Amino acid sequence: MGLSNPATENRADELTTVSAMSPNWITSRLDFLTNWARANSLWPMPFGTACCAIEYMATAASRFDIARFGMERQSFSPRQADVLICAGRLPFKLAPVIRRIWDQMPQPKWSISMGACASSGGIFDNYSMVQGIDTIIPVDVYVPGCPPRPEGLMYGILLLQKKIRGETLADESLREETLVGPSGLFLPPERVDELSEPFGNSVHQTRSA
Amino acid sequence: MNGTALSPSIPALRAEFGAAVERHLVSCGDSIVYVSRERSHDVLAWLRDTASERFDYLTDITAVEYRDPERPLEVVYQLRSLPRKADLRVKVALDQAGPLEVRSVWDLWRGADWLEREVYDMFGVTFPGHPDLRRILMWETYSEGYPLRKAFPLRGHFSRAEQTRQALAGNPEAHYSLEELSIADAFHELPAEMRERLQRGERGYLR
Repeated sequence: MGLSNPATENRADELTTVSAMSPNWITSRLDFLTNWARANSLWPMPFGTACCAIEYMATAASRFDIARFGMERQSFSPRQADVLICAGRLPFKLAPVIRRIWDQMPQPKWSISMGACASSGGIFDNYSMVQGIDTIIPVDVYVPGCPPRPEGLMYGILLLQKKIRGETLADESLREETLVGPSGLFLPPERVDELSEPFGNSVHQTRSA
Repeated sequence: MNGTALSPSIPALRAEFGAAVERHLVSCGDSIVYVSRERSHDVLAWLRDTASERFDYLTDITAVEYRDPERPLEVVYQLRSLPRKADLRVKVALDQAGPLEVRSVWDLWRGADWLEREVYDMFGVTFPGHPDLRRILMWETYSEGYPLRKAFPLRGHFSRAEQTRQALAGNPEAHYSLEELSIADAFHELPAEMRERLQRGERGYLR
């Protein structure tokens, strides 16, 4: 575009047209550039609570090596992290902790829910376990598995990179913090209650009698 | 242990305490003895201090509640004598109708501190004489009850929405008492009763 066409360079109306179109062209390329940079230099904040964390460590170690995807630096400080990886089950006791860590991470930030327990509570459908961390923090990518193999987590990371490449700076809602609503929850209470279906949450349901 | 032989501690206990030793059995090679709630502390102290017993190591304290609601809840002490290489399991049966209360053995074995807190947290058994009896696994403001009791629903008493709401409203630091956080910094903000306990040296020394 730096080249000028001698046939049109003195035509004022043509210049007006080009300058009117320029912001569109620039915005699109800036999106590409920022997304390229963001997607390829994700700094993960590991939140490992269980066996998924072992697989996460294997993913980070030399055999699988997530440094190949730009995750060279494991960020153990939420303030220098881009992506929170919850690897393992999340008890209610840790829910305020992961929420605090998520709140401490600066935008832009993403999160990966690694494994069945983080995504849905898994086999721990009991009194102490969060039934999916998406009731506590927003989640971008869910990685299934119990625990997922490193290939599974890497596929999740690639999906997240694909998602980031599709983002646009013009959409500011992507960077909005989700805050707790008047109900004290992010999701409607009915939806959170449904997480305990099909058995329902009843004081009469003890499964021991 | 040699096979299914009865531990010699049990006849000795019967001779010493008579009716306070309720019954005994041998299960899978382990000798189990039931003692009365009132005398349990005396029995355990005797087992620790008598030269022929020397149960100097408290392996575990736990509790059992059976499905049969008529059966009492049992508090289990697993004892080990390191010099004699001998084990003994002492049980205290607590009637469900009566108070779920056993005198603390913290003064005999310091290791009983967290073990009794766990039994309190999961079963609601209280231990008079314990220096700091509060929840240990569940957070201190947990209000749904005692999770390992049979009457406790698997998913807890509250709805998932309520549990999640409380978790989101929670303060991450509040899971731990100020005693466990930067205690020296917070000392002057502590409740008077806790300050007093600390100054007695109950949980370490702080000036």
